[in-house]
Amino acid sequence: MIIRAQSCSSGSATLLFLVLLMPPVKQALEASLTAQVLVQIPLLIAVGWLLRAAVPERILARTENWNYRGIAGLVLATLTAAYWMLPRVLDAATTVPLLAVAKYLSAPLLIGLPFALSWPRMGFIVRGVLLAELIATCFRLGWLYLASPVRLCNNYLLNDQQRLGECMLAIGSGLLFWLAWKLLWGRFDSLKSAA
Amino acid sequence: MSIQRTLLASVIVAAAGGTILMGATDRFQAFTTETARRVALRQHPVATPAVVMLETQSGARINLADLRGQWLLIDFIYTRCSTSCVALGDEFAQLQDRLGAPLARGSVRLLSISFDPAHDTPARLATYLQRSRSRAAGWLAARPVTPEGLAQIKRVFGITIIPNAQGGYTHNAAIHIVDPRGRLVAILDRGNPGRVARILLRELGQ
Repeated sequence: MIIRAQSCSSGSATLLFLVLLMPPVKQALEASLTAQVLVQIPLLIAVGWLLRAAVPERILARTENWNYRGIAGLVLATLTAAYWMLPRVLDAATTVPLLAVAKYLSAPLLIGLPFALSWPRMGFIVRGVLLAELIATCFRLGWLYLASPVRLCNNYLLNDQQRLGECMLAIGSGLLFWLAWKLLWGRFDSLKSAA
Repeated sequence: MSIQRTLLASVIVAAAGGTILMGATDRFQAFTTETARRVALRQHPVATPAVVMLETQSGARINLADLRGQWLLIDFIYTRCSTSCVALGDEFAQLQDRLGAPLARGSVRLLSISFDPAHDTPARLATYLQRSRSRAAGWLAARPVTPEGLAQIKRVFGITIIPNAQGGYTHNAAIHIVDPRGRLVAILDRGNPGRVARILLRELGQ
């Protein structure tokens, strides 16, 4: 049963990756800044998340020694994510082939996978700080993209940039309400899973 | 034991990640492509192409390198443009006033290069200059003669042109300074012709 779930998850990771790799899909997603930032990169991260099921138990146990409470994996994932938030990198990723390769490899392997390995080990406080920071980042970047009178990426139009800003503010607000809801009425089981 | 290992791994990852982020932003100076090309020029001026044939508003054919020996202020436009190119045209007209003496002496030249050569015939380029109220002195408008020439110019000057919803183009609009040796030495934001004139007059020792 577990083995079937694993192969199903790694199979869907492979499938999703191949779909994202298809030139028409890649072009369509990179034609808009909003789609690149909010669809393409998150889906590449999801590929890495799904790959977790394919990691053999033996290697999982070994990473555990180096990833106490998921801290090292969290540092790796957030720094890599910060890199893919730079406007000039988003610009160049659509025109420089080497950066396109880097994006397709690093988003799954350096963000999605380490995050999937680390999240179950994180304690309540680390998870809370991460979520608060994610919400703050959505608001900061969303506001920047919405308010900037100049284009931050040479390959994208200003209205696309402003739409991305609006979407980020909406996502940040959604996360904030969800988190507030959970804090007020939810249950937290992270201690159990982190132990 | 695993706490120390995690600490070690985290420090290594943070140091490597920090170094990469520092490199990717030119020491946290350039977060956008536009800033990056300005920062890069400050350290390494770029040689402009030796052979790019241009056709001017009078129909004359010149090589871009023929204009060496004087300072060049270059902008990139298309004549159907109703936004940034109009503003740039305005600024060049103002620069004609501010740089009157060096323009008359021939130590400075203004050059507007069209990136829409199929549409921008010499007649349309001449109309663009008129519309921008050019005082004639020292301002050329020109289109690249070959597609290769246009591609070379776009690459060397770092011009990105994308079609917009209005059927025109959106492009990075700025003023490019080329020194008498034919090297692109600075890129300045539009909207401040006074600063452009000051920088050029300083270079000319005035």
